[in-house]
Amino acid sequence: MDTVSPVIPVTLNCAELTTREINTALRELPDGAGVMITDPRGRHNLAVGLTNSLDITIDGNAGYYTGGLCQGPDITVKGFVGWGVGENLMSGTIRVLGSASQSVGSSAHGGLIVIEGDASLRAGISLKGGTIAIAGDAGSMCAFMAQAGTILVGGNAGAALGDSLYEAVIYVSGTIASLGADARIEEMDDDDMLAVKHLVELTGFDHIEPGNVKKVTSARNLYHFDSANFNAY
Amino acid sequence: MCGIVGLLVLDPALETSLGAMVAPMVSALGTRGPDSTGIALYSSPEEGRCRVSLRRAGPEQSWDALRSALAAQSDGDLEVTLRCEGDVGLLSSGGSLDATLANLGPLVPDFKVTGYGHAVEVIKDVGDGANLCLRYHIGERRGYMALGHTRMATESAVTWAHSHPFVPAPDMCIVHNGSFSNHVTVRRRLEAEGVVFDSDNDSEVAARYLAKRMAEGDDLEQAVRWMTKELDGFFTLGITTADSLVVVRDDFACKPAVIAETDRYVAVASEYRALATLPGIEKAKVFEPGPGEIYLWTR
Repeated sequence: MDTVSPVIPVTLNCAELTTREINTALRELPDGAGVMITDPRGRHNLAVGLTNSLDITIDGNAGYYTGGLCQGPDITVKGFVGWGVGENLMSGTIRVLGSASQSVGSSAHGGLIVIEGDASLRAGISLKGGTIAIAGDAGSMCAFMAQAGTILVGGNAGAALGDSLYEAVIYVSGTIASLGADARIEEMDDDDMLAVKHLVELTGFDHIEPGNVKKVTSARNLYHFDSANFNAY
Repeated sequence: MCGIVGLLVLDPALETSLGAMVAPMVSALGTRGPDSTGIALYSSPEEGRCRVSLRRAGPEQSWDALRSALAAQSDGDLEVTLRCEGDVGLLSSGGSLDATLANLGPLVPDFKVTGYGHAVEVIKDVGDGANLCLRYHIGERRGYMALGHTRMATESAVTWAHSHPFVPAPDMCIVHNGSFSNHVTVRRRLEAEGVVFDSDNDSEVAARYLAKRMAEGDDLEQAVRWMTKELDGFFTLGITTADSLVVVRDDFACKPAVIAETDRYVAVASEYRALATLPGIEKAKVFEPGPGEIYLWTR
């Protein structure tokens, strides 16, 4: 992906600043600024709650909720991240060059989260919009109760994929250990092929062959009261 | 929320730095559990000697009085030495472990046993990890293995007696992040079978269960497997014996854990932050233990 060269290069060092100082400094930067956050050493809550259009690089491994609650910035993490990367993301992008721990993009409403490694359990839990793309494997319970949005898994998906799924769509390139309750595999149509091709271009995940991708959606059997259960009430 | 850390040194050259490595790990996880802290430190046993970790009830209990009482009991034969710092002491005895513990019996409750064996020393106190490490000079300690816990109490009181690690058998320690839902049922069954508990803490039930299975013939891995089946709840557990470190998470992986493996050491912590200060961490293999899988390393 082409990135706009930073207008104002700014460096924020985690060894010298508290998390609150870093996030306050980020919030005060003008749109278009480029920022390098150095020495993160697994620090939690970096670059959260931002509404300005920044180009942020975190130079190392980050902790929990990286880029959470953001509406605007493009964030690159040059390492791995802890739980809840992009939690409740509204818009913008987060690209993690390593792997991600649990609950990637939980409850995210929009934006794009790209994980170049693997994602641990419950990626996309309660997803409400936006896109999560995982180059490698996704742990079990991926897309649990996901309501809207798209998840692309370039590797294999773990057990109980799409359990209690609503209207989110999951594309899996590799194997699926098992489907969760009310999840089913659907035929890929032309629109799906196009959507996957677009995601492959967007993420650079060229190891994914759209023709091999499986689509998982809700069977919608849990949506409505079943009259067969009438006597139970 | 609680924090756990474990460190097994594989390169003997690092044994002089055990404390320097583990103190920042425990301190980093103070935010996960600020109410009490405990650390088990393992160092090579001294020939023919056992170790008993002690906690006095308070400053009104005199270590000197304990020293005199033990000397009177042993007739001077057993070469009992006592090293103490604040409310924590380590007794080293040339007698057998059973005899040493039996001799201590009449001195309880003024002095409580927090750990025992031939290699382990257990230090527990209320307060956060950074304070405990400073107070007991953890950074200067040597040894080959450490297991630590920072506690945020959820189901029983905030006292040193409720803090981890629990020591249910010689040189065996257990730390727990999480909560068990059926611990009362399992406790009742164990008590009916003669198992004696030190506290009403849920994690102690897991510790006693493991020790009982092993006393009945299970190896460590078998005992841990049974424990994960019998005890229901959320857990990341760190378990140590004289020569092994085990990490296991519940089937839903509800509680965090990160492992770092290098040729020189194996380290585990609730969060990566606690591993970030370890030497050579940038080249370590860092991964999350999978749900329900048992990870076991032996020195």
